[in-house]
Formats: sequence, structure tokens, C-alpha cells
Amino acid sequence: MSKSEKDDFGFETRMIHAGTPPEPITGARQTPIYQNTSYVFHDADHAASLFNLQTFGFIYSRLTNPTVAALEERIASLENGRGATCCASGHAAQILSFFPFMEPGDAFVASNRLYGGSITQFGKTFKKFGWQAHFVDVDEPENVRRALTPKCKAIFVESLANPGGVVSDIAALADIAHGAGVPLIVDNTMATPYLCRPFEWGADLVVHSLTKFLSGNGTSVGGCVIDSGTFDWAQNDKFTGLTGPEPAYHGLRFHETFGDMAFTTHAHAVGLRDLGATLAPMNAFQTLLGIETLSLRMERHCANALAVARFLESHEQVAWVSHADLDSSPYRALAQKYLPRGAGSVFTFGVKGGYEAGVKVVESCELLSHLANIGDTRSLILHPASTTHRQLSDEQRAAAGAGPEVIRLSIGLETVDDVIADLDQALRRAAGLRAAE
Amino acid sequence: MAEPLIYSDTQLRGILGRVRRIAMVGASPNWNRPSYFVMKYLLEKGYDVVPVNPRAAREVILGVPCVATLADVPGAIDMVDIFRASDAVDAIVDEAIALREAKGIKVIWMQIGVRNDAAAVRAKAAGMEVVMDHCPKIEYGRLHSELSWGGFNSRIITSRRRKVQIR
Repeated sequence: MSKSEKDDFGFETRMIHAGTPPEPITGARQTPIYQNTSYVFHDADHAASLFNLQTFGFIYSRLTNPTVAALEERIASLENGRGATCCASGHAAQILSFFPFMEPGDAFVASNRLYGGSITQFGKTFKKFGWQAHFVDVDEPENVRRALTPKCKAIFVESLANPGGVVSDIAALADIAHGAGVPLIVDNTMATPYLCRPFEWGADLVVHSLTKFLSGNGTSVGGCVIDSGTFDWAQNDKFTGLTGPEPAYHGLRFHETFGDMAFTTHAHAVGLRDLGATLAPMNAFQTLLGIETLSLRMERHCANALAVARFLESHEQVAWVSHADLDSSPYRALAQKYLPRGAGSVFTFGVKGGYEAGVKVVESCELLSHLANIGDTRSLILHPASTTHRQLSDEQRAAAGAGPEVIRLSIGLETVDDVIADLDQALRRAAGLRAAE
Repeated sequence: MAEPLIYSDTQLRGILGRVRRIAMVGASPNWNRPSYFVMKYLLEKGYDVVPVNPRAAREVILGVPCVATLADVPGAIDMVDIFRASDAVDAIVDEAIALREAKGIKVIWMQIGVRNDAAAVRAKAAGMEVVMDHCPKIEYGRLHSELSWGGFNSRIITSRRRKVQIR
């Protein structure tokens, strides 16, 4: 069965089945972990067909691996994309999302509220490739239009920003991007395709850190870039990496040869081949297992997080809470449009007493874990100013919603009253510190 | 806008299962052209493919002599696979209609980016099945799980164990 015969299977069915039919040789129902580097050729001609990209198949696991491919198809299905390329981490996915079409001297526009690690990667490391990021406040469309110089080849935003409870107006940004003839790239890590599907709002490429809610248990680092297959790379002369002759494949033109599969084919055959940031099969397997329960987990993540946010908003030691589902959030309307099932489980709050109180709250928790990750079954707590956002300037920290008093939470699946009780006692202890000063 | 082209998996499976001999109009002798990729793949899957291209009519492509026109194809033709611009399709389809009975032509298939609705209407009226703006290589690969190996969304969900031919 397939979409052409049935209206398409539901999201939950595809969470469990997409990309993973029974293994045909043995009948194994769960996806095997192909812990394997290389694949035997039938003969020299078969090898030539594979190396020339003339046939489908496996050569070497740096490019493709059967367990990783199963995960790629599953994520492509959940995002309603054409194809997906998994890689070693979310940061690798970000490089891979630009790599097929960016050249030295090129630029792109990015939200100034991105996750701090992304701002560092785009602002510092990308410079070494000759790629320039123009960071702007994307809440004002005019800022984006002004920043789109002729050298710009993409716009990059998060659907739901980490960590500040900021929601991007994806449809408006897609219009701006398409008006300039460039793709909109959306980091959908915090929302997952269960809460938001950016392609339905006009985005062209989606990136994920698989490390977070998709794998879901804090077991595996991984990343993925998904192509909608609908962006016309030949509409102008900006994307010669995909439309022009590829020297490493004897002048093959990816867009002409592979059509709507060009981006994903390039991301494997050139991107992973030469950047080498491959996802391990074991991590792909763990992520496949995680995705099987995505909808159930996200519903509970969202419900628990909103309960915690409401509790904190009423707490006397808390200055403010930025969760996009609260009535107080300036992003409430955008959240209702783009995230109708819930605005995720990662949000921030400001503790009264600034930097020291922030550190004390984090250090006083006994159930919430003090660590630098999000999207785990366990509730997590972090003080961004002293950790993830430490490399940024004060100005960048403020723009990213990571000022000195800010605490980031990733609410897990525990009994929510226990999470609330732990935060309450930690806030009280922090208040004690302040009173003693 | 023209109406969207939707072909069921059952229809595509049926065509690719019944067809054995394919005349590929616009086949190229250059190894890095899309038509060459498709011809090589279809040959590997056991189809007879005869290249049709007046500009390469004296050449041998992938071991098969190329002919100038559909009429020059030796023996029967189950399917005509068209690798030409959409406006060149009219003449090819009209030739196929004229040869339909003599050659046994059952299917007109137009490659990705190739679509000619008027020619499709004439071909259907002459009793032939028509597929437009699709690639038989991609559809064969999609229906046999090979497209999935590249991380693509096949849109196929099944709990059935696929029968595997050991090559």
C-alpha cells in the first residue's frame, strides 16, 4: 500500500513502520543493526554502476548504511520530505544543509536567537569556509529582507528556538526566502515533526539534532537534514553546486540527473563522502527505537512542561517565564498557529537574584539533572550563561534569551508533581542564599 | 495549471511487471547522461532496452545497437520510454500509434520533466497506457525498496516479507 492508493498512513503508523519493512532475507521484524563498513560487489560492472551513482546500493558505510538508511526514510516520511541524510550530530546536519550549494564568499541570513552553539558554529567556524552568517531579529520581516544581499543563498531559523520560547513565523519567512530565490532552512529539533512540520508552511530544508526528542532517551548523538524536494535549484544561477558539473563525478550534474532527489543524493555522495561526519549504525538503531514512541512522549513532555511553567509563573522567586503556551508569551499566537499540539518542553525562566541565584538553583536540584542536553525522558536543568552560552558576548546572550538570571529547563516524563517539588525546594534554597547576603 | 499526475503503485507495478522490451527514445551514448543511467539500470534488472536516437544511430550503447526511429527497432516493443523535450513528444507518440499494432506497443512512458497532455490523450485513445513526468528507474527502485537505501521516502508501508531473488 502507499499514498497513491490510500490517503497516506497516519503519523503514528509511520513513526513505527516507515523505512522498516521486515528484513527480506531472514524475516527479522525489528531493524537489524548493520554494524558493518563495506558491501560486496556482484562484479566489476556492478561496482562501476555504484561508484558512478547509476544504480542504488551500498558501497561503504561512510556514505550509506542500511540501518542509517532506514532511519533516514522514517524521518523523511514524518517530515513529509523527499529524502533525508543522517549524520553524526545536529551540528554536522547544519554544515551538511549548506554544503551542497555554498561556496567561499557566499552568505546566508540566520536568526539571532538560535541555540548558542549554532551561533558559534555559524559565526566563527563557518567563517573558515568563507561562509558569512548575517544574524538578524527575524521577528521583523524587514530585517530579513534588508540582510538578504545578492551573496545570500539561504535563510536559517529554528521553528521553536532553544531555549527562549521563541516561535518563528515560518510561512512569512518562506515567502521572503522564495521572493529572493533562496531556500528556507528550519531547525525543527525542539518541535519534532509531531508538533510542527515546516514543509507544510513552505520551508525547503529541515535539520534535526536526533540527540534530543527523536532518540528521546539521551543515549545517542546524531543529526539529520531533510529535503522537501520542492525547491527549484535551477531557478537562478545561485546553486551551481547542484546544477553545474560536479568535478568529482566527471562532470555529472546532480539536479539534471536526480531531479527532486538531487540534494539528498549530493549530501550523501559528496557531503558525507568528503566531510565524513557519518552516523553510527547503533545510534541510528537507538533513534529508530525512540521515534516509535515519539507522539506519546511529546504529548506528555508538553503537558508536564506547561504544568511546570504555570507553577513557576506563580512562584515568588521567579521573575518571568518564557514558554510560548503561556498567555503572557508574545509568541502565543504563533505557537497556536505552528504548534497547536503544544510548544514543546524546553523553556526558560528568570530567577530573582541574577547569576548567583541561577547557579544556586541549578546546583540545588536533586531530581532534575544538571547537564547540557535537552529532549530526554529525564528532566534537565541548565544555567546557559555559565555553560552552553558561555562563549557568546553579553549582547549575544541577551539576544539569545540567555542572560545572567536565565535558567533553561527540559521537562521530562517523570510524575510532574515530583518535578515541581524539586524546583520549589531549589528555588527556596537559592532564596536563602540571597537573604544571607 | 495542468492537473497533477497520480499513478497508483498497483498501476506502476503492473506496467513494470508486464513490460519486457523497451524502446528508449533519446538514449545517449555518453555515460554521464541521465538516459544512460536509466538504460544501464533497466538492463541490469533484466529488461531488453533498444536505444532510439537518430544522432547516435551508428553507435552501440551498452552493448545494444542504436537505431534511428521506432520503426527501425527490431521485433516487438512493449513500452516506449521518452527522453526528449515535451514538444518533441507529439511526433514520437504519433509514430508509436502508427506502429502500435505491428509492434505490439502497450505503454508510452515520459521521463521526469516530460509531459504532453494532448499526446497522452491520443495515445490512450489508441489503447495504450500512459505515464508522464516519472522515471521507470526511480519507480522500479522505489517499489523494490532500493530507493529507500539512499534515504528516500518511498511512501511504502508494509508488514509483508519481500521475496528476494538471489542473483
